[in-house]
Amino acid sequence: MKSTFRIGGVHPHDNKQYSVHQPITECGLPAKAIIPLAQHIGAPAQAVVEKGQKVKVGELIAKAGGFVSANIHSPFSGTITKIDTTIDAWGMKMPAIFMDVEGDEWLESIDRSTTLVKELCNLEPKAIIEKVQEAGIVGLGGACFPTHVKLMPPPGKVAEVLIVNGVECEPYLTCDHQLMLEKGEEIIIGIQLLMRALNIHKAIIGIEANKPDAIEKMSTLASRVLGIEVKPLKLKYPQGGEKQLIDACIRRQVPSGALPIEVGAVVDNVATIYAVYEAVQKNKPLISRVMTVTGKSVAKPGNYDVRFGTPLTDVVAMAGGVPENTGKVICGGPMMGRAMNSIDMPANKRVSGLLFLPEAESMRQELTNCVRCGKCVNACPMGLEPWLLSKQAWHSMWEEMEDHNIMDCIECGCCQFTCPSHLPLLDYVRMGKAKVGGIIRARQAANK
Amino acid sequence: MKPFIVSPAPHFHSGDSVRKNMLLVIIALMPAYVVSVMAFGWGALITTAISIAACVLFEWLITKYLLKQKSTICDLSAVLTGLLLAFNLPSNLPWWIVVIGALVAIGVAKMTFGGLGQNLFNPALVGRVFLLISFPAQMTSWPVPQGFATSYVDAATGATPLDAMKLAVQGNGAMLDKIPQAWDILIGWMGGSLGEVSALLLLAGGVFLVITRVITWHIPVSIMATVALFAAVTGWAGVLPEGMCTCDYTMLSLCTGGMMLGAWFMATDYVTSPMSNMGKIIFGIGIGVIVMVIRTWGAYPEGMSFAILIMNACVPLLNMIRPKRFGEKKKSSI
Amino acid sequence: MNLILIALAVLGATGLIAAVLLYIVAQKFKVEEDPRIDEVQEALPGANCGGCGYAGCRAFAEGCVKAETLDGLLCPVGGAPTMKTVGEILGMAVGAIDPKVAVVRCNGTCEARPRTSIYDGAKSCQIMHNCYVGETACPFGCLGCGDCVAACEFDAIHMNPETGLPEVDDEKCTSCGKCVSACPRNIIELRKKGPKSRRIVVMCVNKDKGAVARKACTNACIGCSKCQKVCEFDAITIENNLAYIDYNKCRLCRKCEDACPTGAIHAVNFPPRKAKPEATPVEKVSEVSGVSGVSEVSKVEGEEAKA
Repeated sequence: MKSTFRIGGVHPHDNKQYSVHQPITECGLPAKAIIPLAQHIGAPAQAVVEKGQKVKVGELIAKAGGFVSANIHSPFSGTITKIDTTIDAWGMKMPAIFMDVEGDEWLESIDRSTTLVKELCNLEPKAIIEKVQEAGIVGLGGACFPTHVKLMPPPGKVAEVLIVNGVECEPYLTCDHQLMLEKGEEIIIGIQLLMRALNIHKAIIGIEANKPDAIEKMSTLASRVLGIEVKPLKLKYPQGGEKQLIDACIRRQVPSGALPIEVGAVVDNVATIYAVYEAVQKNKPLISRVMTVTGKSVAKPGNYDVRFGTPLTDVVAMAGGVPENTGKVICGGPMMGRAMNSIDMPANKRVSGLLFLPEAESMRQELTNCVRCGKCVNACPMGLEPWLLSKQAWHSMWEEMEDHNIMDCIECGCCQFTCPSHLPLLDYVRMGKAKVGGIIRARQAANK
Repeated sequence: MKPFIVSPAPHFHSGDSVRKNMLLVIIALMPAYVVSVMAFGWGALITTAISIAACVLFEWLITKYLLKQKSTICDLSAVLTGLLLAFNLPSNLPWWIVVIGALVAIGVAKMTFGGLGQNLFNPALVGRVFLLISFPAQMTSWPVPQGFATSYVDAATGATPLDAMKLAVQGNGAMLDKIPQAWDILIGWMGGSLGEVSALLLLAGGVFLVITRVITWHIPVSIMATVALFAAVTGWAGVLPEGMCTCDYTMLSLCTGGMMLGAWFMATDYVTSPMSNMGKIIFGIGIGVIVMVIRTWGAYPEGMSFAILIMNACVPLLNMIRPKRFGEKKKSSI
Repeated sequence: MNLILIALAVLGATGLIAAVLLYIVAQKFKVEEDPRIDEVQEALPGANCGGCGYAGCRAFAEGCVKAETLDGLLCPVGGAPTMKTVGEILGMAVGAIDPKVAVVRCNGTCEARPRTSIYDGAKSCQIMHNCYVGETACPFGCLGCGDCVAACEFDAIHMNPETGLPEVDDEKCTSCGKCVSACPRNIIELRKKGPKSRRIVVMCVNKDKGAVARKACTNACIGCSKCQKVCEFDAITIENNLAYIDYNKCRLCRKCEDACPTGAIHAVNFPPRKAKPEATPVEKVSEVSGVSGVSEVSKVEGEEAKA
């Protein structure tokens, strides 16, 4: 009996056929690289290198700008040319380190071999967390929340179970799937490391039913280790959402406004766990990630291992260039990813995929009146009323929106996906959420 | 290279549309319609054609000349209203009465509120009830099924099973014989309006809609469950005349009159039904109770349209019921 | 007959009792209020726009009555005449009031700002602003979805389809400030209306370096400070690569307008150059080019001619 989360959800076509089972290919080195300093949620990192300085692969080039922030290590060897701002794919400025790539010289401390380091080094929980923090690991599922923060539960809260997110519920994306197939052993060791760091003895790997080979492989591997269990899940979007995954795996619902630790769960993505393995066992900081380049008309869709700072144009060139009929390029998946202004941007920890949609599928349909069918209410995985919230946002009724729990919205897009009237429900809900969030923060600041 | 298109997420759509939903409802009504045509002949075809044509025409005229908006006839909602209106009329109704019904349905019940999505009451039912009150004689002379050869105007008329049932329940034992056999009721060989004929095929259409996710099960199931329960309780309480068992009465209550059409197709109208599942269940229970009260003690033999309209008026209230939320509400510290 | 009489008597008695009850209740729960509040409220326009900073006209009237002086209290919709009436009612002096007007500080027309993407989301500036830079490369400029137009309750701001920018109707604008807060990019500013609606404005809010700003929009302020140098009244400041004209210091000499290399400084509602304002015939005024609000110019000049 496969389980799933209990409220709402939709069933989009998964469209993973284009890039599924494509082996992870390493993307070549660029001549010049731009490494953004804000690749995570929280304060941007502070550059610790100077213009003209020579760096090796894996050297720390920017230090975390606070507790909720992450280190950034040089993905290339070469010379720093300047520390300036660059324009990201949405036309906004971001601080970045510019460098000329020269050769591929790594720090000696990094173990670059592919041999599996099975023996868990005899590290204290604290030392593991320190290594994770040092390596600049962030959640690679999309939110880019610094992982070490999650590993340190606030006082009074106890972690009971580690939930591993191998769901990949976004249509089109296949990078996590492929990672599980190719690096399953490493992921299992990474899970053991995190279990030790959290001092817990139970881990559940949640994998959706559309990846039977990954379920089989991970089950075989997990059966050899005490405490790790694979949970096949029914296909439903947004199963990869933190709260939904916890509900699906351990039948506990995180209360409104609380963090997963409230119900004793810590959720990490498989890609993050692979990064933990590399950081702890191989001493390799987070300098690259697997991303899916896909789309109906992409010549060579696949899963590419890309070092941060590589121009996305290089990655796209490896996949056969921008298809002729492209109307929309999406950073991430089609449900929650952001449409890009241009692909002239360096790869970073946030980019989990590049999806090229043909022009015919890019434009939204013409909208009609709301027919009050209630499909959005049934689809909402948080049990909200998107039709009402979007109307309230349109009328600037912020207090009412707060009363209707707008802050619970996870912006999964189920409401807009399902709306037969093609209304931009989430556009307005998201705008309202931003406004109400600002009002709440201002009120909290005033009360302090 | 052409500039890219940018929009906020999601960039994917289910492909669902208002038009598609309307089309599916129309398709779901077709099997029962075929039986109606076989039963009532040309009258059924003519009434339907006039009703649909009039509804579409009025909608077009109103959007074009009164509201001066883009025409909305392409979303097929007017076609569906016309079809449902025809399903609610006897097949021998004079054409001009049908046109008046269409005018009230589209002009008064739908467009005055601002068109699709804004109306409070189900347009087809408003049209039907308007006609029922304005032209009671024509609206209650139900033709008896005679096969396809029947001509439009001079069809033979007779009592509907519900008329017979009501009289029987009120003590007229002779009427018991007039109640058709169970098999005829299921297949639909009985007098009544177009959409009252084939309970089985209407049920099949409704199940088709649930499977295609056009409607959810909550409203029809809660209506039918309430009606069945009510009928069983009244039967058990000894209201029924001799010669009629509770089981038959329950069965008749569920399969005759506008019950199937109302529960699966009219009450589930998107615009005039609640949005949350809890609201839908309360809505259904309300309809079930009201329809049985009218059938048992009211002046009319059939109360489905009144029941649905009364509950339509409660929908804004029922919409205040919030759906079940994820997690529990945490007391805000502010 | 009897029946009618009884009915009348019962109805009459009920009415009488109800009236007495109502009177007693009204007396008992009477709220003592300064009668001047009603008078002041009467004098106000009653738009309830909130432009004064109070929650509606009633609240403003209460504020006026409670206040010791009328300094700082202004009904932007009614302007000087309304405040004068309010002052008369309350027996207080009203200081000089400079009428203000909303000014859209962006002149990135369709030709000046090439489109770099096509926006396909909900038609709202706020949503587009949250989403990305907008259809052009300028992260500061007008997004053109018309949130300000929707916010205006006086029908005073409209989109110009040719330029893709909103334009304010000086006659209708009451400077209530709704559009100012509606604009997610803070482009709209309330500025002094100026004598005969004449004013000089830097029509740009781009804080990027000159080259970047210029690349995004040919009409952008590049922060070259030429205007600052020519200004004799110290009215222009340059901050973050952007010039700003202090309308209290500006004497409308128009030197900065000539000095601006990108045409970002606009002089609005001035008569054409090299002609004496007094003698300008109405016909010629309509030939003014490069100045927005041509119709206003002719109106102003028309009134001037009449006078």
